[in-house]
Amino acid sequence: MRTVPALAAASAALLALAPWAPQWLVFLLALALAKGLVVLGLLLLMRAGLVSFGQGLYFGLGAYAAALLAHRGGLADAALMIVAGTLGAAAVAALVGLLLARYREIFFGMLSLAFSMILYGLLVKSSTLGSTDGFSVHVRHFAGVPLAEGAERRIFYAASVLAVLALAWALHRWLGSHWGRVTAAIRDNELRVEYLGASVYRVVYVNYIVAGALAGLGGAFAALAVGHVDPETAYWTTSGEFVFIAILGGTGNVLAPFLAAIIFEALRTVANQYAPNVWQMALGVAMLAIILFLPGGLWTLARRKA
Amino acid sequence: MSAILEADDLHKRFGAVSAAADINLALARGSVVSVIGANGAGKTTFLNMVTGYLRPDHGRIRFDGQELVGRTPRQITRLGLARSFQIPQLFQTLSVRENLLVAEGIAAAERVEEAADALLERFSLGPYAARPAGLLPEGVRKLLDVAMALVAQPKLLLLDEPTSGVAADEKFAIMDLVMGAVRGQGVTVLFVEHDMDIVSRYAGRVVAFYDGRVIADGAPAAVLSAEEVRRYVIGEDVRAAA
Ligand SMILES: Nc1ncnc2c1ncn2[C@@H]1O[C@H](COP(=O)(O)OP(=O)(O)OP(=O)(O)O)[C@@H](O)[C@H]1O
Ligand SMILES: [Mg+2]
Repeated sequence: MRTVPALAAASAALLALAPWAPQWLVFLLALALAKGLVVLGLLLLMRAGLVSFGQGLYFGLGAYAAALLAHRGGLADAALMIVAGTLGAAAVAALVGLLLARYREIFFGMLSLAFSMILYGLLVKSSTLGSTDGFSVHVRHFAGVPLAEGAERRIFYAASVLAVLALAWALHRWLGSHWGRVTAAIRDNELRVEYLGASVYRVVYVNYIVAGALAGLGGAFAALAVGHVDPETAYWTTSGEFVFIAILGGTGNVLAPFLAAIIFEALRTVANQYAPNVWQMALGVAMLAIILFLPGGLWTLARRKA
Repeated sequence: MSAILEADDLHKRFGAVSAAADINLALARGSVVSVIGANGAGKTTFLNMVTGYLRPDHGRIRFDGQELVGRTPRQITRLGLARSFQIPQLFQTLSVRENLLVAEGIAAAERVEEAADALLERFSLGPYAARPAGLLPEGVRKLLDVAMALVAQPKLLLLDEPTSGVAADEKFAIMDLVMGAVRGQGVTVLFVEHDMDIVSRYAGRVVAFYDGRVIADGAPAAVLSAEEVRRYVIGEDVRAAA
């Protein structure tokens, strides 16, 4: 399957749903795309062989940075919130990355988890941020344009589709360039990359920041979709969900994170409705099946068909 | 002519093992030198110290007027010193062509794709271009490893046993390709080798290592016939033969 035409077609279809799809579907898709953006960042890390169990740190940061801007800053403009969420997460990733880019394997995974738990702890302790309840956000503008009552969520959803289109395309280009090849080379043999004259640290560091920024953007979109933020966004189960979705989709293609996120959210919605108690078990079985039968993720199915 | 590499008084111990004990070696610009020595003599350790992978316990290494001790492999590569590895260090899941593309891209080649294709051609790797490096025959792995080292257009090329693990009749083919690629470019080559036929065919000078020391150094015919070398490196029972 050609990635760019497939991406364009999928985006057009998702965009066409925006005006008329039922509210629940818009909500489901918006949340799935927000999470897909986080997983797109994980895909970039995983291409270098690194798995972060703490992307909730940036998802939560993005959500809170966006929500705070609206709630406290009085700047309830969705476009500004999206930028704030992305930049806020990127800035923290630029700091944390200085340390994390030195670590590999389980140490990288656990350290990223540790940082996310610190944020979670801070959010839970902070009564001004609503503690465990979090707080709600009401947004009435997008880039200065007042939004029609009731249409806000559809506009935010449409914006997230466009963001996904642009960023998935950009990442696809990037992964196909020299940078993407060096990233894969690092997964295979760091020593050789250094002996060829490139800095492994620098590549991992930059990828880490980009992954953090994508997760922050996802967090901002999630805050807009839900209209509420709480510490759960930074909790380790949320980070685990991202890893789950990444493995479900596979790292072979930039479309995989979004496909997997939509399937994941749809399954969760169905499970909540009809079998609320078996959701975790179903996730476990699905993970088992993927690892045993489709180690490359669902994306390998799409490729086989093509 | 001035030396391109000067190693003075190098020492390196691993616990009780002395892998380098007072090594002094200078390489003339443009020369082709072979390092020989039995297993464990300290040949790879010497390469590892020169390229910044290991820090000598003591001693100095100057390359083209610059001190190398304390620099990282990356910095040393950027100075114009490249190496190949005894066990080829490849990107196993990437194709042969992608391996070369990574190398060319890092070296900031002008036209990366064309440069990679030229290397494929030059090293007769064309038939393997699309194959993952992890699935190559040993001889091809060795060649690719050397080809990647050459991408940086080094002034000094260090090869760690470029023909080991390869059938006898392939050894000369590999060396011909490698030497052909550097000929006429003034590149200094140091290669570690166990096969004395290869050594005498390609080297202009031979340095013999034993127990972390240089026990002979000079023209190939002289070094290869020295008694110490025959006993400790080539493993002949000199007394029985006499
Ligand atoms: N990183 C290390 N840690 C401990 N001992 C080491 C290390 N590297 C080398 N040695 C020891 O130092 C000695 C020299 O090893 P080196 O690899 O330099 O030998 P060599 O001449 O390259 O041998 P070969 O022909 O087998 O490749 C050996 O006794 C080896 O076991
Ligand atoms: Mg060796």
